[in-house]
Amino acid sequence: MDRVAVIGASMTKFGQRDSWVMDLLAEAGTACLDDAGVAPDEVEHLYVSNMASGEFEGQTGVMNALAHDLDVLPAYSQRVDQTSSSGGAGIYAAWQSVASGASDMTLLVGGEKMTHRTTGEATDVIASITHPVEYKHGVTLPSFAGLTARHYLERYDAPRESLAKVAVKNHKNGLDNPHAQFQKEVDLKTVMESPIVADPLRLYDFCPITDGSAALMFCPESVAEQYTDDYAVVTGVAGATDTHVVHEREDPTVMGGVVESGKQAYEMADLGPEDVDVAELHDMFTILEFLQMEGLGFAEPGTAWERVEAGETEMDGELPINTSGGLKSKGHPLGASGVAQGYEIYAQLVGEAGDRQVDADVGLACNVGGFGNCVITTIMEAAA
Amino acid sequence: MTMEAYRYDDGSITYPGHTIGPNGSEPVGTVDLSEYEGEVVTWTNSTATPPGVRQPNALAIVEFDVDGESVRAIGQLTTDDVETGDTVRPVYAEELRDPEAGIKEPESQDWDGYRFEPV
Repeated sequence: MDRVAVIGASMTKFGQRDSWVMDLLAEAGTACLDDAGVAPDEVEHLYVSNMASGEFEGQTGVMNALAHDLDVLPAYSQRVDQTSSSGGAGIYAAWQSVASGASDMTLLVGGEKMTHRTTGEATDVIASITHPVEYKHGVTLPSFAGLTARHYLERYDAPRESLAKVAVKNHKNGLDNPHAQFQKEVDLKTVMESPIVADPLRLYDFCPITDGSAALMFCPESVAEQYTDDYAVVTGVAGATDTHVVHEREDPTVMGGVVESGKQAYEMADLGPEDVDVAELHDMFTILEFLQMEGLGFAEPGTAWERVEAGETEMDGELPINTSGGLKSKGHPLGASGVAQGYEIYAQLVGEAGDRQVDADVGLACNVGGFGNCVITTIMEAAA
Repeated sequence: MTMEAYRYDDGSITYPGHTIGPNGSEPVGTVDLSEYEGEVVTWTNSTATPPGVRQPNALAIVEFDVDGESVRAIGQLTTDDVETGDTVRPVYAEELRDPEAGIKEPESQDWDGYRFEPV
């Protein structure tokens, strides 16, 4: 079977943008067509990853609107919503479209416009994914993070500072990312003294609310070679689902969707965690970086904090994690985030990561929806 | 009003109930958790709350032992003066958040329920 290649990528500046969702999607989509050297009429499938444009700004039907605006008609178009993992789910859908033979050129664009809403309103849109018995108590995604972080720290006797060090690391990485919402370094003291949001977690343990868009172009490897010598190959991709009701999970520190999607992606790629050179993990909250490191086999249960404390996940460490700055400093425009993770891995593999470049042949992205409710893990490799 | 959990034919209990239970089991009855005391597994005090939610909002995950079968629930606490391992009991509250202020249709679900109070 022809392998599925990624031949182009783009992302807009993430942050507080004046543009609305359609303009953001068009900006990234156009840039991706240019980057890949693909004409609009060559696109056969278009996927648009977006969680809540209807709820945020009253804009629905984004796949059709973008298809027309980019003149990719009559390409098949579909919106992909899997909450915060919509972008990863878009990668999976795009991969399926090419691997199945249904499309020889698939454009994936993810985007979200959020910052015109107050923090409370945006939090409520996201919290509406919870079960009614959770929602009526005012449970939010940040509160799940606080509950889980306390349990993790108490159970594994991990220092509170180890979580703060994730924020410090990712902000430092974001300094070199011109697309990041915050190109601003923060020190340990600033994180540890920032206001409580869901104790024991503080403001700098959380990603911001963000506008932005990112895009990737997929095609069969045999077609890729007509466009470029520098491309990446999706060698593993899988998704899995955990409980809707978060407290029903047997172990609060294990995200079953991370474990299962990771296991399947490794099997498909015939690789293991020891083969991964660079990873983008869904650090919507600092505690999630620990849980994904452990779920994906980068650390034994209860020990991810030790690798972070030892500096092993820093840019010059054994396994650089979130070289882009992660959601933490880059920002988290819901539907765009998983696609932007793919952008970073692609850039690292084809040597286009600029000042963030690390030596990498194999990259992994883990995109988490809800509080681990839906998860997509993608493994990409540089073209041999 | 009860704090209704489902009991399934394999002996397991979940809160809330589901159409199909763990490992494909069938629901065979209900258990009112408000009649039980539970233990705090973990807790948080959330300060960034959505519209219509009290601020701050102290929350806990609580584990109940129902005749040797454990079942967990999440809910608001009556106080933030709590520690992991504390024993709590459910206390009825008529309205846990303002149904009119959030994104959900007020008629789409109920809004009363039980907070957890340290014993």
